Amino acid sequence: MSPETYAHISNLVIPTATVVYAIAMMSHALEWAMGRAVVVRAEAEKPAEVLVASGGADVVQTASGTTGADDAARSERVEAASRIGLMLTWLAFLLHLTGVVTRGLAAGRVPWGNMYEFTITSSLAVAVVYLLFVHRYKLQWLGLGVTLFVAAVLGLATLALYTPAGPLVPALHSYWLVIHVSAAAISGGAFTIGGLVSLLYLIKARAERRVLAGGTMSASLKRLPSAEAMDGTAYKVLAFAFPLWTFGVLVAGPIWAEYAWGRYWGWDPKEVWSLVTWVVYAAYLHARATAGWRGRRAATIAIVGWFVFIFNFVGVNLLVSGLHSYAGV
Amino acid sequence: MSDVKDRVEAPTPPDQPELPKLGLIGWLRWTWRQLTSMKTALVLLFLLALGAVPGSLIPQTAIDPVKVSNFLEQHPKLGPFYDKLGLFDVYKSAWFSAIYLLLFISLIGCVVPRLQVYLKAMRARPPKPPRNLNRLAGYQSFEPAGTDGDVLELAARELRRRRFRVELYDGAVAAERGYLREAGNLLFHFSLILALIGAAWGALLGYRGTVLVVVGNEFSNSIAQYDDFSPGRIFTPDELPPFSLKVNSFTVKFQTDGPQRGAAREFSAPITYQETLDSPAKSYDLQVNHPLKVDGTSVHLLGHGYAPKVTVRDGKGDVAFSGPAPFLPQDGNFSSFGVIKAPDARPEQLGFEGFFLPTAVIDQRGPVSVFPDALNPVMAMTAYYGRPAVETGKPQSVYQLDKSKLTQFGDGKGDKLRFQLAPGQTFKLPDNRGSITFDSYDRWVKLQISHTPGLHLALAGILLAILGLMGSLFIHPRRTWVRVRTQDGRTVVEVAGLDRGPERGLGDEILAITAALQPADALKPVEKPAEPPAEPKQEKS
Ligand code: HEM
Repeated sequence: MSPETYAHISNLVIPTATVVYAIAMMSHALEWAMGRAVVVRAEAEKPAEVLVASGGADVVQTASGTTGADDAARSERVEAASRIGLMLTWLAFLLHLTGVVTRGLAAGRVPWGNMYEFTITSSLAVAVVYLLFVHRYKLQWLGLGVTLFVAAVLGLATLALYTPAGPLVPALHSYWLVIHVSAAAISGGAFTIGGLVSLLYLIKARAERRVLAGGTMSASLKRLPSAEAMDGTAYKVLAFAFPLWTFGVLVAGPIWAEYAWGRYWGWDPKEVWSLVTWVVYAAYLHARATAGWRGRRAATIAIVGWFVFIFNFVGVNLLVSGLHSYAGV
Repeated sequence: MSDVKDRVEAPTPPDQPELPKLGLIGWLRWTWRQLTSMKTALVLLFLLALGAVPGSLIPQTAIDPVKVSNFLEQHPKLGPFYDKLGLFDVYKSAWFSAIYLLLFISLIGCVVPRLQVYLKAMRARPPKPPRNLNRLAGYQSFEPAGTDGDVLELAARELRRRRFRVELYDGAVAAERGYLREAGNLLFHFSLILALIGAAWGALLGYRGTVLVVVGNEFSNSIAQYDDFSPGRIFTPDELPPFSLKVNSFTVKFQTDGPQRGAAREFSAPITYQETLDSPAKSYDLQVNHPLKVDGTSVHLLGHGYAPKVTVRDGKGDVAFSGPAPFLPQDGNFSSFGVIKAPDARPEQLGFEGFFLPTAVIDQRGPVSVFPDALNPVMAMTAYYGRPAVETGKPQSVYQLDKSKLTQFGDGKGDKLRFQLAPGQTFKLPDNRGSITFDSYDRWVKLQISHTPGLHLALAGILLAILGLMGSLFIHPRRTWVRVRTQDGRTVVEVAGLDRGPERGLGDEILAITAALQPADALKPVEKPAEPPAEPKQEKS
């Protein structure tokens, strides 16, 4: 196939993937809407029980155990919506992957030579990390957040950042670049998941504190896992990301820079912000080990780290010039 | 988790009592303890992140000195203030160095004592079970079928199979696993020290310089030959290896269509080089991402440009200048600015200033270049004359004309003189003051010569750090106990564990161990065999 054909396929498949992510998102939205109802019903039947520390699945089980067949059917539908959402996410991911690969084939190189390509590739990384961990760390409850995020980013890339495929400037040729960007993109995907989980953690933890003070918790928040479980999930995802980020920006990046520019570290804005990201996540890991910093403060640091990461690749590219700025933004 | 706290506090030697009055020593000790505390490390890490930011937003002398002087011109009030704070050279400023030096000291002060604690802990036996095992997460109990000894022996075997270090106590088996986690953590922190030493070494002893070499010319490695040179703090010039090189030719290919039209696709500069004066000449194809290594020094191809070849004749008809003059590219299409100096022209000296345009087009703004390759080269110049200069010995930039003692030619109609030349053309200056001929053009390449010692040390440090980090993050340290107890005349086997990592939860290992200790027929039905219990089970009998 010719580069033009590949480019054509890519241009067809990426918007399709965006739409499928959006449909997956709607399925998850439906799941949440119906799930609320189940929790509310369960609540009405068992007003005395405070369901603080149990996860969404437990609540649904309690509900089906204590209420009529009506709710059993309903919670089954909730499960179905969740499964369909995940299946659609897989489908969207495969389309997305095809789009990124054909984009690379069209350009005859790795698909991250400009802002458009970097955006489609790094949002792919978010989907990869989510699908990688969705069963292992029971992340189904994050489906809505992830599909919303990926659909939005991909939509933005298609509408605002699109650049036709073309070769790279010579300084960007090297397999160290491939390693460097893959590691950075995958760990960035994990930072994003970790950031989303930490954000929801803060919301859930506040609601739990309110319940302890005698208040109530809204039904959608009850469907989320316990704050403690979310804290653990965020840690696991970020613990996966941190060594990879270390490798990507402190090993592969400098090796590439040494080849391309003859200095492995030059305090270029992009390098500075990568280091800042690294230091913030090192602080996150420290914070969790320091008595009294786990939980709310650690989650705040994880969110700050995520923003720093996002700024590094959006803000620095657009606002600050340096050796790393891409041609054709 | 309680044990995180004791590990963090562990560096303080327990045998040194708190001094009641803070004498000098006590005060020093207090400061040291503060500095090496985990909280301080956290604060310093944040300061480091925060301190690194301004350097990415404010122009830096080390990266782009021209931008810094522009900034100073545009902000006459803010500029000097920034300068005083070291904001134009953040990464060498006193305050930034202070942050990382403190962090460095804190790091050493923190990990050295932890190493001692760890070496002791490594030889320690897994501790006896705590009195109330049933307070621990995942607690299980059952009534054994065989004798006590059988169960304990079985437990020890099962735990060893699961890679625990096992210790037998009277009526109990204690087991511990994941000693390497702390080792990984220590390796990580020590390797960071190693990497920092490597980086500091390079910054102190290394050097980096750049030079423009016109194709066909030679460069030999001595400081005088460099256009700019930045040595490390303790670098000495006799460390420069005595190599020399000659740039034989240079080819560059540009994208001719599409949105990235004009972007360079391929550079290559075939060179010949000699490691020392009398070593044999070797050839090398210098390319971007494909540096030459000579004697520990790297030669990188960083950029390229044009050097128009001109001949300047003076008023007497003598050749006052002849040769290529490197012009510096000002935009992506290589509109290049440069000067030509003929200080020896007589009766008056001559100077020229203007643009070399590789693919010239005349539009309403005047002549501009529309493509980086030399498809239609044109020089667009203006000219100056003046009294012969007195040799001052002051070094002068080859890219700037000192116009203070020169007069610009007029065009005879009250305007300044401007003229354009295509290759082969000559322009005669007014009043028979001389002429300039645009003979042809050469290309030049910008080479960077650099030496960064300690590079491999820094790399090894970071790689070891990652290895340690993986140990530290992915090894799960935990303790497990199996105890046989007689309770109200019945024999009960208890199994419990303690997760000593930061991620909480033992998974279903306790259940699995319990299952392995029970003969198949004695297995009690467990409520949810697949799921680990979310809450510690309180089995009270
Ligand atoms: C350059 C500065 C530093 C960096 C980048 C850094 C980074 C890290 C990282 C990423 C971890 C996480 C590994 C894990 O969770 O096991 C960690 C753990 C740890 N760090 Fe540091 N560190 C630094 C300095 C320090 C200093 C100065 C101290 C001493 C006060 C310290 C004490 C510790 C301790 C005790 C742990 C273990 C926490 C645990 O067991 O979970 N670190 N460090």
